[in-house]
Amino acid sequence: MAQSIAQPTSTTAVPATLPIGVIAPWAFFFGLLMLVLLYFVGAEQGATAIFSGTGVHEWVHDGRHLLGFPCH
Amino acid sequence: MNSATVRHLLVRGMLAGLAAGVAALLVAYFLGEPSVRGAIDFEKAKAAHHGGGDDPLVSRALQSTAGLSTGILVYGVAFGGIAALAYCFALGRIGRFGPRASALLLAAAVLVAVYLVPFLKYPANPPAVGNPDTLQERTALYFLMIVLSVLIAVATVILGKRLAPRLGTWNATVAAGAFFVLAVGLAFVFLPAQDNTPAGFPATLLWDFRLATLAVQSTLWTVFGLVFGVLAERALAPAPAERPETSASPAPVAG
Ligand SMILES: [Zn+2]
Repeated sequence: MAQSIAQPTSTTAVPATLPIGVIAPWAFFFGLLMLVLLYFVGAEQGATAIFSGTGVHEWVHDGRHLLGFPCH
Repeated sequence: MNSATVRHLLVRGMLAGLAAGVAALLVAYFLGEPSVRGAIDFEKAKAAHHGGGDDPLVSRALQSTAGLSTGILVYGVAFGGIAALAYCFALGRIGRFGPRASALLLAAAVLVAVYLVPFLKYPANPPAVGNPDTLQERTALYFLMIVLSVLIAVATVILGKRLAPRLGTWNATVAAGAFFVLAVGLAFVFLPAQDNTPAGFPATLLWDFRLATLAVQSTLWTVFGLVFGVLAERALAPAPAERPETSASPAPVAG
């Protein structure tokens, strides 16, 4: 597939590039999913809230502080 | 076939993120929790206002163990996945680096762009440091700083790659590095400053807490870079494009 230019045909350790078109759907859907997870650890029931209450905030509270997010 | 490679790398990235999360959790628990406890004691002494202060839904004992574990492990897995996807883009595009060196370089770049640079402008704060009224503004600025820093880092890599054929690798790297420092410096100058440290908050406690957060992140990304490098190398080992004859059964890859 994506052959890199000037392949020396020998035992180079440099891996072949993956085509952007192949990565894009994975990057989009899973990237979004991962960002949602990070949102719940880093910001939910802080600056913004999807769920009411403070349960999520309190549960991840110490992690939020120690991972560097503004908490309260 | 290439799509399967992306899937393999993504799964391994999340696994490596979990392993990195476990290591970071140990650091957070043993180095970080004492200063969180100290800060909460200060907060209580000041007749605090924090949600965890008066009548918590989740006890402090749970927050500092199960809660802390949840936060850090989810962070590790999620960032592991994101880093693996970034790795798929970076592989073979950032220069002549093998799978393991690429993983370690990427991990170092993420540590700098996602944590260190934003931390220099908006350092992590323990409980009691921070006015709840400005939380929205501080959160928005912090995430903006992360986005800016990541964009600058990506631009730096692209710039370095563009300059390399003309200036040579060394000079191109130095020039790109200068661009990175300059752009980050401009962002620091133009974004508003934040200082929420209440009067009387022990300076050593603040220092210990911030140092602990740096240790947590450094541990996370070092372990991630090393573990993911090994896993990625194994996942990429059959290299189907290179060996058309023997690619029928890639036996050494588990899962
Ligand atoms: Zn807090």
